[in-house]
Amino acid sequence: MQFPKVTLERPRWTPFNIVAAIVVVVGLGITVLRFTKGLAATTNLSDYNPWGIWIGFDLLVGVALAAGGYVTSAACYLFGLKRFHTAVRPAILTGFLGYALVVLALHYDVGRPWRLPYPFIVQQGTTSLLFEVAACVALYLTVLFIEWTPAALEWLGLKRARNLVVRLTLVLTIFGVVLSTLHQSSLGALFLIAPSKLHPLWYSPYLALFFFVSSIVAGLSMVIVEGALAHRYFHHKMDEAHRREADGVALGFAKAASWVLAGYFVLKVVGVAQADAWHHLASGYGAWFLVEVIGFVMLPCFFFAIGAREKNLRIVRFTAAWAVLGIVINRFNVGLIAFNYHLPSSERYFPHWMEIGISLFIVTIGVLAYKFIVSHMPILYAHPDYEPH
Amino acid sequence: MSISRRRFLGWMGAAGAGLAAGGRAHAAALPPSGGHPDALGVLFDVTRCIGCRKCEEACNRVNELPPPERPFQDLGVLQKTRRTDARTYTVVNRYEGIPGAKGPLYRKIQCNHCLEPACASACFVRAFTKNPDGAVTYDESVCVGCRYCMIACPFEIPTYEYDKALTPRVMKCTFCHPRLVQGLLPGCVEACPSEALTFGRRRDLLRIARERMAQFPGRYLDHIYGEFEMGGTAWMTISGVPFAAIGMREDLGTTPAPELTKGALGVVPVVAAMWPVLLTGIYAINRRRDRIAREEREAAVAAAVARAEAEAKKKLAEALAKAEKDKKAAIEREVKKALEEAARARGEAPAGPAPGTPGATKPA
Repeated sequence: MQFPKVTLERPRWTPFNIVAAIVVVVGLGITVLRFTKGLAATTNLSDYNPWGIWIGFDLLVGVALAAGGYVTSAACYLFGLKRFHTAVRPAILTGFLGYALVVLALHYDVGRPWRLPYPFIVQQGTTSLLFEVAACVALYLTVLFIEWTPAALEWLGLKRARNLVVRLTLVLTIFGVVLSTLHQSSLGALFLIAPSKLHPLWYSPYLALFFFVSSIVAGLSMVIVEGALAHRYFHHKMDEAHRREADGVALGFAKAASWVLAGYFVLKVVGVAQADAWHHLASGYGAWFLVEVIGFVMLPCFFFAIGAREKNLRIVRFTAAWAVLGIVINRFNVGLIAFNYHLPSSERYFPHWMEIGISLFIVTIGVLAYKFIVSHMPILYAHPDYEPH
Repeated sequence: MSISRRRFLGWMGAAGAGLAAGGRAHAAALPPSGGHPDALGVLFDVTRCIGCRKCEEACNRVNELPPPERPFQDLGVLQKTRRTDARTYTVVNRYEGIPGAKGPLYRKIQCNHCLEPACASACFVRAFTKNPDGAVTYDESVCVGCRYCMIACPFEIPTYEYDKALTPRVMKCTFCHPRLVQGLLPGCVEACPSEALTFGRRRDLLRIARERMAQFPGRYLDHIYGEFEMGGTAWMTISGVPFAAIGMREDLGTTPAPELTKGALGVVPVVAAMWPVLLTGIYAINRRRDRIAREEREAAVAAAVARAEAEAKKKLAEALAKAEKDKKAAIEREVKKALEEAARARGEAPAGPAPGTPGATKPA
């Protein structure tokens, strides 16, 4: 057994590295402030607005955009779409990093982060949807970690351990889809308890379904976006099979995303009908709702379909980024913008720059970790010594 | 805790109200007080409140909260609408210019101690407890600080100590639970000089509210706020003006908070049970389809090979047969030719044997 030698080159001062370094340094500074002066010194949270962007972005958006892992592994291993095989490892990696960062972000947001295991080891609040979210996120992070380990174990040359983990692929995939279904939907269901605070155009008994279905869109779109970025910056790391399959993955996922978005659009309309909230469409919130549902659901659905039919990768990639933005907008709407809609503007929330700083810090850590792992481990190529799984 | 008759009479004496009637006749009446028929409550009468802030002062004192920025005697504070915060469990707000009201009206805010509290239902460490005496209390020793209780509360009551770095707590009215245990009245009730706050068993309070409405026709709206709101609350309000005019939401509905999430929670075991079956099924179907496709492919190849072989055999046989025939024909042709030649030779010597007769031999 021989461990690989990690040669850390001297950092070159590329624009990316400079920006990343600044974000990390500032982030560390805010971290010190957060844990010495408290949330009041670093956030604009208030008694009316207990959740800010550390929940609205880091948790709600973070979990949705990390859905690529379960979507891709399910497509490949369960639905038998073997041509997507090379997309599985990158998707699992970004999923794993995404969830790890969500959990990291929660340490900033909750008042006493060292108590995060309390719901499991001290008292179980099983009537809470947050309990379900916490349990599933904790379990799924573990699943993603195990699903990711073959890459690390191949890198480390631990053949037997790697082969053992690979044998668990099917079980882990199924477990991952179950857990993802549960917590993706529960993130939406968190808001079911507050019908008086969430605008009727967004509040719906279907919130859980909305969040689950749109997480599939988020997962598919993120795989396309990440694939495009990986091709741009890590082309040299990709093997022949990866390059050959990449276009097929993007086109196939675009087609799937178009269908799922179509279903999601219908669901959103059903939501408005069920709440009989049509008259709200004629208000300012109504206009914003239409921007979300037409501009970021219906149109991406349409353009995904065109891109897939014309086999036009540019349209597909552009639309994927568009759909991702749509998911961000949706989570912001539910968590922040349409939430507390009844309060006067003086009581509404806008993030403190330090909150944005921490969110950027966490995203940057994710990008750096991705860079390191992709540069050293067999993510974008198959390790020559191992059978693919 | 159970409420002894003696302690109850003590409260009633302190509250100055002759509520000792009732006894156990209604003990089985579940809905008016949730699962605790003897649960206590407070009735706030907007028409009686004079906005003196004595309740705020008492609350601050008995709960040992930090001193206020401006003294409780300073009524100028009322110019701004306030809410509960981490240093204040209860506040009184002033509402002016309300149609139908002669002067300004005042409303006291504090935890309403829901019969089925949203905060308790939302808490993922069960930090909140609905006590049998009606109080909803909070246990800071388990609180993680996720603040989902604050999201969940329809009355926007729980607050958070955002300025504490390491030991922030959720802060909210406790119904003076520690005092109730000792047989004392809640601080605010005790301090109220105008009897705007009536303390008693919740089911008695509902009756008292109705009696006041009957006694003073036209003084109250026919609505006890909190009787049904969000499934009912221990603290209730009666008023002569619409509740919305004094900052109370009238659109909360009557569904208790736990009902709102019941459906979503009910789906969890279904997904946990059925998804593995469904997904394994999909996997198995795809594997089977792959296997059958492979078998069919193999069978097709085998059939094609067999067909090709048979064809080849047939062709070979035909070719052989043809070759045989050709050979025969060639022999016959040769024989014929030989005979003709022999006949021609016999023509030159006519006494020769007829063609085809045995004995005729091919000339050498």
